[in-house]
Amino acid sequence: MLKFVVRRLLMLVPILIGLSALLFAWLRALPGGPAVALLGERATPESIARVEELYGLNEPWYVQYGRYLSNAVQFDFGNSTRTNRPVTEEMARTFPATFELALAALILAIGIGIPLGYLAARHYGRWLDNMSVTGSLLGVAIPVFFLAYILKYVFAVRLGWFPTQGRQDPRMDAEHPTGMYVLDGLLTGNLDASWDALMHLVLPALALGSIPLAIIVRITRASVLDVVHEDYVRTAEAKGLWERTITRRHVLRNALLPVVTVVGLQAGLLFSGAILTETVFAFDGVGRFVAEAISNRDYAVLQGFILVIAVLYVVINLLVDVSYGLIDPRVRVR
Amino acid sequence: MSLSQVEAATESDQVEQPVGNLRQAAWRRLRRDPVAITGFVLIAMFIVVAVLAPLIAPYDPRDTPGAGTITPTNIPGPSAEHWFGLDEQGRDELSRVIYGARQSLLVGVVAMLLGMAGGMVLGVLAGAFGRWVDSVVMRIVDIMLSIPGLLMAIAIAAVLGRSLTSVMIAIAAVNVPIFARLLRGQMMSQRESDYVLAARSLGVRRRSIVLSHVLPNSMSPVIVQATLTLATAIIEAAALSFLGLGGADPAVPEWGRMLASTQRYLASAPHLALFPGLAIMVAALGFTLIGERLREALDPKYRR
Repeated sequence: MLKFVVRRLLMLVPILIGLSALLFAWLRALPGGPAVALLGERATPESIARVEELYGLNEPWYVQYGRYLSNAVQFDFGNSTRTNRPVTEEMARTFPATFELALAALILAIGIGIPLGYLAARHYGRWLDNMSVTGSLLGVAIPVFFLAYILKYVFAVRLGWFPTQGRQDPRMDAEHPTGMYVLDGLLTGNLDASWDALMHLVLPALALGSIPLAIIVRITRASVLDVVHEDYVRTAEAKGLWERTITRRHVLRNALLPVVTVVGLQAGLLFSGAILTETVFAFDGVGRFVAEAISNRDYAVLQGFILVIAVLYVVINLLVDVSYGLIDPRVRVR
Repeated sequence: MSLSQVEAATESDQVEQPVGNLRQAAWRRLRRDPVAITGFVLIAMFIVVAVLAPLIAPYDPRDTPGAGTITPTNIPGPSAEHWFGLDEQGRDELSRVIYGARQSLLVGVVAMLLGMAGGMVLGVLAGAFGRWVDSVVMRIVDIMLSIPGLLMAIAIAAVLGRSLTSVMIAIAAVNVPIFARLLRGQMMSQRESDYVLAARSLGVRRRSIVLSHVLPNSMSPVIVQATLTLATAIIEAAALSFLGLGGADPAVPEWGRMLASTQRYLASAPHLALFPGLAIMVAALGFTLIGERLREALDPKYRR
């Protein structure tokens, strides 16, 4: 097992080097070059010269790349040209928010998706099955920002059950030690703040969760269908085991293997979805910040965020691989 | 495999015997499949609307028949004169949705073709040469896949500037590694098969084995992926345009941008979000339905 983990960790090295080289090249390919990109529209010849001096942009590219790498390793990505605050500070503010949102979306998707997929397979060809298959096809075809609009219009604007935007009522006097507002409320004993944050989380999480939900339902259904016809399930039935035991120990345990991988692969899609969902609900997380960075051409923010997100994504996939090895011993050998 | 499945498999093999090749059989199954037919109808509608936009649209999408009467709180919804209502600048929403189909179809098709071509080149290189070429190509693919799709598209569109071409290239680039990995895996498994061994022992040259035996036999999943990519490319193009990275001319209607500009009027004029959103969905759904059914039709496992 340890060998497996180490091997996967070593595979990270070329990916990270390639990724940093790609981003380094990207910043240099931007219209106007890196100095103009970092300064934004206020660039004057004097300020460009100053920035080039400051960041050593006149030096050979390998010196620059070395400096870029050492800065990145120390989590120094410069300042946002829009807010003028260190990019790292903006990350510390926005990442917990998006983490909270993505977690809520995943909990919804798994909590609904796995039982629904299982039931659909068990009622193969009947209305529940047809409904969930149709639903999951629609779920793939509906753009997440359109679904977010629908949810916002129906449940926030019309019915008024949930707030239309933001993460918490600004009048709420709440402290935020972790940046995850629901958890913060619990930690500081401010249950009202927790509840308010949770209410703000429901609609964005539903919108964002629709992407993994559709896929989880389909994979679970297909996978359960594959497994229930296996000999070992029939043996278990013949042995007279309880239905519940068969479901838990033989069907689900084997059927959920592919589901685990798929959930891991969702991380990237979830992130792409967060950019759109957070924009619709004015949810102050990574996605919205990146979207604003795009419209303000805040490239310092973009390159720092892209690098960190990509690294996170690679690490998440590594964790999924490892957990897959834990659940399924066969994987370790390969 | 259980006994009943073996029986079923042999039975269906007998039924399928007279059928020509797998692809003809798949096509025959698709034509009888109500879900696939629904998909075909949706796509036919989408293509007809896109191609014939100037003939169908009741107004010019840039004209403002409702100018002067529009205020942020009073944006008229659907009426006999304007079926989809007016937009926030007093333009006919139906005409804008119809013209939006053109951008969407164009971007979707070009991005898919570019992405597939790029991915196939990489995939064939890796799958045919193996060894170090394979390693290098697959590491590049891994790096590309390590950036979430939309984020990569954003980064590329930012470098290339605001235009429809850069949207196409950005979306194509997102799909290159997906096609490459798919085709490479497929070719790897085909290389082990008996007909390759037979061809090799007959002294057929490697290039001709790869191009005329392995590649054609590896194409089925690529075709399925291409169909599904049309759906995701349309959604991704709308997403980029929604984020302000669409075509250069804001007067040209794009579904994603239409959705973005209606954000402030969601409470007073929900129709402005509804129609472009539905349009994206219908187009994407059509390709998704066909892709999914094609996947099942081409997969021997699903043969009934």
